[in-house]
Parts: sequence; structure tokens; C-alpha cells
Amino acid sequence: MTGQAQTPILQIQAVSKHFGGLQALSNVTFDLPEGQILGLIGPNGAGKTTLFNCINGIYPPEQGHVIFRGRDITGWKPYRVARTGLARTHQIVQPLNELTVLQNVIAGASFGHEHHPLSQAREIADQVLTFVGLAERRDALAAKLNVAQKKRLELARALAARPYLLLLDEVLAGLNPTEIAEMVDVVRAIRDQGVTILIIEHVMHALMNVSDRVIVLDYGEQIAEGSPDEVANDPKVIEAYLGDPKLAQQMMLAE
Amino acid sequence: MKPWRNPGLWLVLALTVAISVWPALASNKAYTREVSFTILKAVALASSLNILLGYTGYVSFGHIVFYGMGGYVGFYLLDVHNAPLYVAVLAGGLASGLIAFLLGRAILRLRGAYFALATIGINEAARAFIKNFDLFGGPIGMSLNFNVYKSYGGPNQALWIAFISMAALTLVITVVSFLVKTSRFGLGLMAIRENEDAAEVMGVVAPSSKTWAYVLSAIFPGMVGVLFFFKNGNIEPPDAFNLHQSIETIVMVMLGGYGTVLGPVLGSAIYQRLRGLLLVSPLFKNIQLAVAGVLLLIIILFMPAGVVGWLRSRFGALRRVLE
Repeated sequence: MTGQAQTPILQIQAVSKHFGGLQALSNVTFDLPEGQILGLIGPNGAGKTTLFNCINGIYPPEQGHVIFRGRDITGWKPYRVARTGLARTHQIVQPLNELTVLQNVIAGASFGHEHHPLSQAREIADQVLTFVGLAERRDALAAKLNVAQKKRLELARALAARPYLLLLDEVLAGLNPTEIAEMVDVVRAIRDQGVTILIIEHVMHALMNVSDRVIVLDYGEQIAEGSPDEVANDPKVIEAYLGDPKLAQQMMLAE
Repeated sequence: MKPWRNPGLWLVLALTVAISVWPALASNKAYTREVSFTILKAVALASSLNILLGYTGYVSFGHIVFYGMGGYVGFYLLDVHNAPLYVAVLAGGLASGLIAFLLGRAILRLRGAYFALATIGINEAARAFIKNFDLFGGPIGMSLNFNVYKSYGGPNQALWIAFISMAALTLVITVVSFLVKTSRFGLGLMAIRENEDAAEVMGVVAPSSKTWAYVLSAIFPGMVGVLFFFKNGNIEPPDAFNLHQSIETIVMVMLGGYGTVLGPVLGSAIYQRLRGLLLVSPLFKNIQLAVAGVLLLIIILFMPAGVVGWLRSRFGALRRVLE
């Protein structure tokens, strides 16, 4: 693997976070080499989104460190993290409703990592909208989009920042099979452009297909890590997450 | 797009200029000058407030505090130090901007109703403070010595100078409002208005953007206050920190269309004409503020985006013209 020689783009070192009595994350540790797609799975409430929030600064972890491109960004504010070249999408889409689709994406390009002036941001936004297939809707208000389009907008806004690392939080949720297939192609195309991706997903077969490596969280604990095959056959994962061994087979075969 | 090639800017400027030159064309010049001054003042206050309320989405109920504070600082310089008018106006603006900067750091952490309540509290606190502040005349306030007007060619000439300055200032404010709206800074503000958390994730530095929006929206009311009280000849706490005026400014922004450049200009013109009619009507003259309240209720219930917002959503073709 290429990751051995160079420093990983993202290093999560013993990150812990609790909410009251609930241990949302305990001692999560992993490296993400540049250019990979790393899948993050786990049952509801396993701490996946909490981990995202700790990485991009929505709240700081109580213990541990987040190292991004060699810099310790633990506890940085989200806008500062965004400038370093880390973009994310939200599980619940957060469009800027009263702005047009184009304005949403321009905002992503002009405030994110590369911090372009508006005219250049507009060019990037046009390219990104074509790339995710939203070009015809560019002048519509973001509020007027349907769910699938909002998911694409969320992705486009993050992409427009031209990040090194993209955190995708359930971009496939709520989409129909055709839309899922299209979105998976988009995610692959993003990786092919050289963007490293950390992806949370519940649509298993898609995630297993697209990820180079998978990490499994359960009650904030990291219970498995490996290739999609290894993880799907890991008895601990099957017990904790899938419950039913047959489901593991199905999820690999569904595609 | 280059700003001067945007028809939206020209429409706003044309409307402001029309209000400004109206007295020169009217037969009763002194009377129309006063009416026009009132409208221009409202346009200036509403457009300034719109930067915070309309673009950034923070409802400031006590925004008039900046008009009062700036007015007091400028008036003090005019009265006690015989400062030239333009110096007083700039000082009033700077003082308000500085106050907003310091306040903003504290209260812009609050959101929604909590922020709105804090702004009312600040206005009331400012009034109570000035009432007990002897340098500014305490509860009696200050009155300009008539000699001050002499250096402007007499009181009558001074009224015209105040009017022309107000027209120029209003024009500047509408241009600033337009430039903010079409800039990256403005896009950041609108992102904050739509979803502050998402905006931060995208890289909008919300705390400093909000602070600068607050400062910008405070500087101009401070300058307007100096011009108004210079023309008025005296300043007292109830006139300077009048919460009614604050609420009327919100009504004007909402009526015209918050978050648009044209909205506050149009809203102010309509509201001030309406108010002028109500004040001379025997039936409504005592309850004209109640009419403002009812108007606000009707706008929010039936036309939440205001006149301009409604036109924009109803007639898509107008979007290029109505900024």
C-alpha cells in the first residue's frame, strides 16, 4: 500500500468524546493514507457522525488528536479546518435555502480551502455543478430541489472548495437504486481526481463496493478494520452490527 | 458582473435620487424638503439595518441606539467644540461603529430571540446612561447655540446643507448596501442567515463576519443621527433612543423586502408616505403606531418577503432588475 512510505493525510489518535454518561467515542485510532476511500460503518448511534464532528471541529474531542496533513487540528473551529482543505457533507442536508443552487456552490468555492474571489469561484461552481449533474438547476432556489438533488448540492458545495479530504456523511441515504448507482460513480470519480474520502454509509453493498478499507464502530469502540471482505467476514462485526450472518453474504452479493 | 452594469443598482439609485431632487422641483420647497428629509433618513436607517437584519439574519430591535449614540457624540462636538459638520458626522459614525464592534463581540454569540432581546436592553441601558451623563446634558440634553448656524450662512441655509448632506449620505448607503450584497462578504452574511452552522463548516468565519456586518450597519445610523440633530437644534434622550423609531425601521425593511437592496428604499418611501397621511388624518393621528404594528403583522402573515421579494418570486423576469 502506498500509505506506508508517506505520512497519512489524516491521523486519528486515541480520540474520545462523551455526552453526559454516554461514551460516544472511545480511543478511536486510525490512519487514512492519501488517495484512499475509507468507509466508516456501525449501527445507529455508534459514533460515526460524532467522529466527523470531532474531525472538522463542530466540537473538540476530550482526548486524543486529529492530525491533518501533518498539522494538529484538534479543537480548531470548523471555518479554520475548512481552510486547511477539509470539506464535509451533512447527514441531514443543510442547503442555504433562499440562495440559488449556484450561489450555494459559489459560497463553497469562495470560502473553502482555496478561497477564490467571486468571479473565479463562479467558474469553479459551474464546473462542479456539471460534474455532479446539477447544471440545469443552477438558478433554482436550493429549497426547491428534491432530496436527491439536495444531496448532490451538498456534495457539490463541499467539492467546490477543492479539498484534499472529503468527509461524506450518508450521501446515499434516501436515494433510490438508480440514484445510488449514479452517486457511487460520482464518488469514485472524485477519488480519481485525487481527493481522499472518508465515508459514512448505511447502504452496505454500495459502501463495500466503493471503499478500499472499512472501519467498524460500535458504541464508540473501534471493533474491526480491514478490507471490505475481511470486515464483512469478521465474526465480531457480524455479531455487533449485522446480527445475522446471512446478511453479510447478502450485502456482498447485492450489487 | 461589474456593479455598474447591474440594472438593479441603477434602479435603487434612481429611486433615491428621485426622492432627493423632489424638493428642488416642488413649488413649496421648504415643506417638501422636510418631507424628503424624513424619507431619506428612513431610507438610510432601513438600508443600514438591512445589512444586519436582511443579509445576516440578525434581528436588532434596538438598532436606534447607534443613531442616538452617534447623534450625541456628533452633537457634543458641534455644540461644545464648534467642530465642522463633516467632522461631527464622521465622529458620530466612528463612535457608533466602535460601540457596535465592542457590543458585537459580546452579543452576537446570541441567536434568534435572545439577540433581539439583548439589543432592546442595550438601547434602554444607553438611554438610562445618557440621562445620567452630565457631559451630554443629562436628562435635559443639549441645545445648539444659534451662532453655530451662522458659519453655515444662517439657519435656513443650514437646513439645506443638512438636507443635501443627508441625500448624499443616503446615496452612499444604498451603494454600500448594493456592494455588500454582491460581494463575497455579503455572500458569507447570507450563508450565515440561511444556516450559520453550515456556513462555518463551509469556511465562513462567522464571528468576524457578523461583527463587521454589525459595525457597518451601525456606522451609518450614527452619521444620520448627527445630521438629524444638527438640523433639529437640540438632542434629548427620549428622541435619541426612541424604541418606536427602531421598530418602525424594522417595519420599513420588512415591508419593502428584507435582504434586498431595493426593499428598504421602497419600504421606507411607502411607509413614510403612509405615515404622513395617517398623521394628518383626524381618525388615525393618535394611533399611527398601531397601524405600523398591524402592517407588520399583515406583511409577516401574507407577504413575508416584502414587496420586492413578492415581485421577485411572482415575476421571474424581474429578478435581474430588482436586487
